[in-house]
Amino acid sequence: MRFIFKTSYLQDIRLLKHNGYVFWYGLLLIAILLAPLLLDEFYIGEMAFIFIYAIAGLGLMIPVGFTGLPSLGHAAFMAIGAYTNAYLLSSGYSFLLSVALAGIISSLVGGLIAVPLKRMTGIYFAIATLAFAIIVEEIIVHWESVTGGLGGLAVDYPVILGFEMGETWQFYFICLIVLLLVLLGTLNLIRSPSGRAFIAIRDSEISAESMGINLSYYKIKSFAISGLFTGLAGALFAHRLAYLAPDAFNFLLSIQLLMMVVVGGLGTVHGAILGAIFVGLLPQAIAIAKDYLPPFIGEFPGLEPGLFGVILVLFIVFEPMGLYGRWIKFKLFLEMFPLYRKATFKRQKSYLKTERVQ
Amino acid sequence: MTFFSAKGISIEFGGIRAVDNVSFDVDKGSIYTIVGPNGAGKTTIFNIISRIYNLTSGKITFEDQDITHLPTHQVVSRGIARTFQNIELFDHATVLHNLLIGRHIHCKSGLLSDLFFLPSVKRMELEHRRRVEDVIDFLDLQHYRDQLIQNLPYGVRKIVELGRALCTDPKMVLLDEPASGLNVDETEDMAFWIDDIKKLLGITVIMVEHNMSLVSQVSDRVLAINYGKVLAEGSPREVQENPEVIKAYLGEEDVR
Repeated sequence: MRFIFKTSYLQDIRLLKHNGYVFWYGLLLIAILLAPLLLDEFYIGEMAFIFIYAIAGLGLMIPVGFTGLPSLGHAAFMAIGAYTNAYLLSSGYSFLLSVALAGIISSLVGGLIAVPLKRMTGIYFAIATLAFAIIVEEIIVHWESVTGGLGGLAVDYPVILGFEMGETWQFYFICLIVLLLVLLGTLNLIRSPSGRAFIAIRDSEISAESMGINLSYYKIKSFAISGLFTGLAGALFAHRLAYLAPDAFNFLLSIQLLMMVVVGGLGTVHGAILGAIFVGLLPQAIAIAKDYLPPFIGEFPGLEPGLFGVILVLFIVFEPMGLYGRWIKFKLFLEMFPLYRKATFKRQKSYLKTERVQ
Repeated sequence: MTFFSAKGISIEFGGIRAVDNVSFDVDKGSIYTIVGPNGAGKTTIFNIISRIYNLTSGKITFEDQDITHLPTHQVVSRGIARTFQNIELFDHATVLHNLLIGRHIHCKSGLLSDLFFLPSVKRMELEHRRRVEDVIDFLDLQHYRDQLIQNLPYGVRKIVELGRALCTDPKMVLLDEPASGLNVDETEDMAFWIDDIKKLLGITVIMVEHNMSLVSQVSDRVLAINYGKVLAEGSPREVQENPEVIKAYLGEEDVR
């Protein structure tokens, strides 16, 4: 077990809390940087896909995990990012500018949509975001001059400073850089006053408000940031798909994103990343499992969405803290061995909050 | 000039007049206590002052400024912080984190500077941390600094909530039953702290409290209400001896 002797307040602010962090995350980063040399092209493509999911996951974690605003409509931000990027590329904008604009436009839409939603909470908020996603999908279908409608829209290769980035490993590094920037932004946000305000709103709105936090303003902020990150993920997703059609951004994608943050672990940055890995690998696992299953199960239509639902339910019931929560328990088990007690994480009844002013 | 004054405040929920034409003034640097039986409207008065409820009629002034129609989140930046009867802390955050949220009104950074965690944000964070540590020292919370609220016992949570209110650098704090659910020792500690808040920090206190020994120990003035109406106002002793108050608490003497 590690005991950290704190001698400065800066130690609580630093991102890498101690040398253990530096070592393990450094090792991870080196492994990721070397991966294109060592792995097959297929796996590099899949890893890039996981990076994109992780960016979207971080985007969704900010409202759902940190601000407590359940969103069922984040596929819409992915769509806005993807179509903006594809449209701007086809109109001759450079890749860097069009990705940045995709994020910014998605962010503006996020901020705008939060204005009418800011007074809602819980299930009503979720339904409203769901409606928003359906509206966006319809707009994409009908706004043919920009989106190509049901016919779809081809996405050009990214070109940076005159170099065409058509190779898988090049796209891999583009995704990695965006992921690292988004990750840094998220970590910065949650250690700063804005992130603290988000968490305060999640845990008790009434108390946050009487501590001087302007609820509407911070909910709009939360959605704007979320729109930015998810829009960036959408812009990269467009390149992965290479050809955009409205049904790529349907309700199932929203559910997949939500499953990612819940399965990974709500309210943690690790959770978004672990969830992305999980959701990214799941279709592969299902594809492999199909070969070993009897045909009437393996060929069953809707197996994948069905499994998503089952996994989501199982996690909510048995491990609400998600994969990251499981990891924390495992780590504590190793640290405390042989003194670890199962009851450490037993869920306790908390004090009733009666007379809560709504 | 009166420091804080409520003039004829009334609030109606449907047909019920929860607070009916209550007026009182609080002097700067004093401890003012509101007492009354359950459901008398004490917490409602607090919710009116902290602008969670809109009052039906009346006027509230603080430092000669009308705060009757202030948005809820701006009350604290005027210098009025509060605690809640049933503890409204941020359960999934540490004590330190909770206290830092108390500093929120003094955080001036914008969204973009937060995203990049600019040096200015870092500098401000360190400054807030220093201020929070002062409060931690004042309330002897060093031991609990990095613990999650949900793992803390009730008594400590009460103190953390008081600490969070103090972190806002208030001119006046509203304490809603600071000693409810505390044992005898903890109640005594709370009495000392409330007294220190007044004497050392110079902060005015308005509190709602049932524990009469605590009330008479620390209060300068006491307001007794029942069914939303004022029964008596005066020094703790005067109020305790007031026949109307005795009647409200104990019922009428049955003379045979």
